[in-house]
Amino acid sequence: MQDVKYARAASVDEAVALLAKGGPTARVLAGGTDIIVQARERRRQVSLFVDIKPVPETQELSYDPDAGLTVGAALPCYRIYADPTVRRLYPALVEAASVIGGVAIQGRASLGGNLCNSGPAADSVPAMIVLSAVANVAGPSGRRRVPIEAFNTGPGTNVLGPGEFVVSLQFPSPAPGSGAAWERFIPRNEMDIAVVNAASYLRFDGQNVASARVAIGAVAPTCLLVKEAAEAVLGRPLGDETIKAAAAAARAAARPIDDMRGSIKQRKHLTAVLVERTLREAARRARGG
Amino acid sequence: MSDRIIIQATINGEALEFLADERDSLLDALRERIGLMGVKEGCNNGNCGACAVIMDGRLVNSCCVMAAEVQGAQITTVEGLALDGLSPLQQAFLEEAALQCGICTPGFLVASTALLEQNPSPTEHEIRFWLAGNLCRCTGYDKIVRAVQSAATKMKG
Repeated sequence: MQDVKYARAASVDEAVALLAKGGPTARVLAGGTDIIVQARERRRQVSLFVDIKPVPETQELSYDPDAGLTVGAALPCYRIYADPTVRRLYPALVEAASVIGGVAIQGRASLGGNLCNSGPAADSVPAMIVLSAVANVAGPSGRRRVPIEAFNTGPGTNVLGPGEFVVSLQFPSPAPGSGAAWERFIPRNEMDIAVVNAASYLRFDGQNVASARVAIGAVAPTCLLVKEAAEAVLGRPLGDETIKAAAAAARAAARPIDDMRGSIKQRKHLTAVLVERTLREAARRARGG
Repeated sequence: MSDRIIIQATINGEALEFLADERDSLLDALRERIGLMGVKEGCNNGNCGACAVIMDGRLVNSCCVMAAEVQGAQITTVEGLALDGLSPLQQAFLEEAALQCGICTPGFLVASTALLEQNPSPTEHEIRFWLAGNLCRCTGYDKIVRAVQSAATKMKG
């Protein structure tokens, strides 16, 4: 392990002060399932771990019909998928959180960590994007809110400035007539990194799609919100033709790499498949299924 | 240089105070500072589960926890499963021959213990899903799954 120090932050202000003082090699420690390994393998230079878990806001899990769902950035995945309200209202989030790593990972890993690690294949990120989640960021110049689709800027990089960290994730209340779904393709059934992942959100007004969001992961330097896919289903009843058009738009937006997990051709194909499946499931849920 | 830190934690039911290096993982501290060699280092990156321990009631990989984080925590390692003779699960692993080289076994035992605490009657699918974070490279998984099923049956009495 590199020569790393450890500090516990008890409040948001204390975390900001520790991060600002520690400089660029001070890193937030939430569940640690990525950053501890990266520090050990020297994939990231780390001089100080700032443990944010003692900060009460990072452990929050609360739902209010007006304010929506607040998930503390360091809250472990198992707390999210075990929560009855989250299971009822945000099944797409539950789908992603319950397959990030295995059980031992989910005992520690968090949405904030998954987001800030900025991996292109981050499983929770497409789900958060289609659910219109926003990251509550604290830093030396105060608070700001960043939509998840605008958070990551490339593999391992994001919009956080010096001293900033994500305190919590905010999800709007599900609108009537809406539904969302998330899926992933991996060669195993569990405990693997996405070859492709995708999520879709639909809101119906009568028979017509009134609002749509489609996001894809592991097929570009960051998870992508694909506006063209949403536009392909908007303003009309959802049918095979519009679903295929949305899937084709997502496939066109995907710009994956060839690597040991999958080829460009396979990933583009899977993008269309998963977008189609998640659109159908989102529609089923929107209709109360 | 990293500093030495004093850690107080309850490990296998015993309140301990020990010195660790500030950069130690929990895995490093359990093995090298306390001498609990049942906790194994496999991949050291969160994939294999050989270093699994129960921390405050949750299964975690001790390679992905900093020792400094466990101040005040309750930790159970494989040694803590056999404080009063072998547990039914350990006995079942012996009877079903659910191990060969044994490196992965402590992790499987700890993970399976956490499973049965939460779900005393798991299906085969639930066992396989729960144990997906533990890798075995010689026994194969069928015997391990059978041992967990057998222990679950016995524990229900």
